[in-house]
Amino acid sequence: MIGQAKAPAALQARGGWAVANVRSLRDLAIGLAVVVVMLSPIYWAVVTSLKTELQSFSSPPTLLPPAPTFAAYDQAFHSQGGALATSLVIAVGATAIALVISVPAAHALASFRFRVTGLVVLLLLVSQTIPGIVLGMSFFKIFARVHLLNSYLGLMIADSTYGVPFAILIIRAFMLGLPRELLEAAYVDGAGTVGTFLRIVVPLSRPAILSAGLFAFLFAWGDFLFALTLTTNNSITPISLGVYSYLGLHTEQWPDLMAAAVFAAVPSGVLLVVAQRWIRGGLATSGLKG
Amino acid sequence: MADIARIATDSRDDVVATRRVRRAGTVHHGIRRPPPARGSGASPLWARKLGRAMFLVPALVYLALLFAYPLVYNVLLSLRQAGVIGFINDSAKFAGLANYKSALSNPALPTVVVNTAIFLVASLVVQFVIGFGLALFFTRRFPLSGLLRALILVPWLLPGVVTGSILRFMFDTSDGMINQILKDVGIIHTPIQWLSDPHLALVTVVIANIWVGIPFNMLLLHGGIQEIPRELYEAGRVDGAGTFRLFRSITVPMLRPVIAVVLILGFIYTLKAFDIIIVMTGGGPINGSQLLSTWAYTLSFTNLDFGQGAAVGTIMMLISLVCAVIYTRIYRGGEAK
Repeated sequence: MIGQAKAPAALQARGGWAVANVRSLRDLAIGLAVVVVMLSPIYWAVVTSLKTELQSFSSPPTLLPPAPTFAAYDQAFHSQGGALATSLVIAVGATAIALVISVPAAHALASFRFRVTGLVVLLLLVSQTIPGIVLGMSFFKIFARVHLLNSYLGLMIADSTYGVPFAILIIRAFMLGLPRELLEAAYVDGAGTVGTFLRIVVPLSRPAILSAGLFAFLFAWGDFLFALTLTTNNSITPISLGVYSYLGLHTEQWPDLMAAAVFAAVPSGVLLVVAQRWIRGGLATSGLKG
Repeated sequence: MADIARIATDSRDDVVATRRVRRAGTVHHGIRRPPPARGSGASPLWARKLGRAMFLVPALVYLALLFAYPLVYNVLLSLRQAGVIGFINDSAKFAGLANYKSALSNPALPTVVVNTAIFLVASLVVQFVIGFGLALFFTRRFPLSGLLRALILVPWLLPGVVTGSILRFMFDTSDGMINQILKDVGIIHTPIQWLSDPHLALVTVVIANIWVGIPFNMLLLHGGIQEIPRELYEAGRVDGAGTFRLFRSITVPMLRPVIAVVLILGFIYTLKAFDIIIVMTGGGPINGSQLLSTWAYTLSFTNLDFGQGAAVGTIMMLISLVCAVIYTRIYRGGEAK
C-alpha cells in the first residue's frame, strides 16, 4: 500500500517499470500461493480419484497419480449413474417450480406498487434465515400426510424453497433497473399486463432469470438435508445421498468416493464459468446461498 | 413487526419514486410523457388490479404453504407429545412446554450449546479475518488477479456433501493428507485423531466450515472495498496518512455496513451449517461436534422424538429471527442509499 502511493512518481523515474513489475510478480506469487492452499483439498480429491485403491493408501502419498486410471470413475458412474440422473430430474423440476413462481412475482414487486410490496420483500429476506433443518422436520411430518415422502415431486417442491426467495430478490433487483418508459409505452400500445410482461419484461430480464435459474439448479442439485429427511427408503437416491452412502459402509474406497464427489461437483464448476459475473451481484442482493 | 413493514414500504416507495423522477428527467428532456393508460383501456380498473395481483398471488401462496405453515407446524409440534407413538399415528396429545423442559434438561444440552457457541465464534472470527485480508490483497493490480479471485470461490460453490467427503478424507487418521504432511515435516510422530477424538472433532469441523466461509467473506468485502471512492485515499495521503492510518480511518469506517452484513449473514449461515458436520462426524463422537442443527436432526430422526426435535428447532428459529431483524434493518439501509 505504501509502495502504491508512490508508484506514479516511481514510474516516471528510470527503472520504474522494473520496480512495478517486481511488485506485481510478487503479488502474483502470493496470489498463486493462496489459491494453491485454498484449492489443495480439491486437487487432492481429483488426484485420488485417478488412483487405484492400493495407490491411495501408499505412504508417503504421491502428489501425481502414478499411472492415471479412470477405473474409479467407471465404478462411480456405474453405481451412481442413476443417482446423477435422479438429481438432474429433481434439480430441473425444482428450478422450473422456482422460476414459474419467482419471475411473475419479481415483476409484480418491481413494477406494481402494491401496499404489501415492502412487507413481502421483508418476508423474503427473513425466509432465507430459517434453518433448513426446521423446514426439514416439518416437511417430513406434512409430506407424510400428503404422501409426498419418497417422491420426486416432494423433493422438487422442498428443493425449490432454496431458490424461490433468492430468485425473486435478484430478478426483482434487475427489473427495478429496466426503463419504466418502455413498460409504459408497451402498455399504451395496448399490450396489456400479461403481454407487457411476456413480450417486454421477460426478454429484457433474461440475464437475471438465467442466473437465478442456474443458482436454483445448483442449490437443488447440492441438496443433502431434504434428501436425507424426506426419503425413508432407497426408492429415490439423489447424488448427495449416493456420495454419503460411501461414507457409511466402505470408507476405505477413497478413489471411488472422490470420483463420485467429482461428478457431484461438476455443476458448481460449470456455474462458476458461466455465471461468474452474476455471483457477486446475486450475493449482494439476496445475500444467501441455500 | 408491522412497524418495520411500514417503514420498509415507505423507503421502498421513495426509492422507486426517485428512480422514476431521475429517469424521466434524463430520458425525456422536456418532452411530456404520455399519461399512463390508467382507466382508459378496455378492461375496467378492478379487473386490471386483479390481473396485477395474480402475478404475486402464486408466490404468496407458495410462501404461506412452504415457509409460514411449516414454521407454525414446527411450533405446534414442539408443544405436543410427539414421541414414537405420536410419530406413527399422529395422535400426539398437547404437552405444553414439556418438550422444552426435556430438551433443556437433556444431559447433552450443555455440550451442544457450548459446541455451537465455539463453532459460531471461531468460524466467524477466523473466516472474517482471513477473508478481509484476502479482500484487501485482491484490490492490488497484478496479472491474473481476477482469475485467481474467481478460483478461490470454488470451495464455497461446492455442494456440502462434496466438501464434507473431501475434507473427511483429508483429515482421515490413517489415509489423510493432513496427517501425512505433518508427519513428513516432522511435527508429529503419531497420527492425530482429527475426527475420532471427541475434543478434536469440533476443531476439525470448524476448520472445514472456515474453508467454506472464507470465499464468501472475501467476495462481499472485496466488493465493498471497490465501492470506496479512490479520492478519499488520495486526500488521506496528501494529509500524510500512512497505510495503517488509511485502513483504520477510511477503509474500516466506509466498510462498516458491509462488515455488518458479512457478519450477520455469516452468523445465519453458520447456525444453519448441517451438511458438512453430518458427513464428517455425524455430530459425534459422543456429541463431540454436535451442534443445535445436527442435534435437532438426531432427536427427531434418530431418537424419533419429534417433539423435542421441534423444540430445539423453535429455539433455533428464534435465534435466526433476531438475526433476521438486524439483517433486514441493515439491508434496508443499504438499499435506500
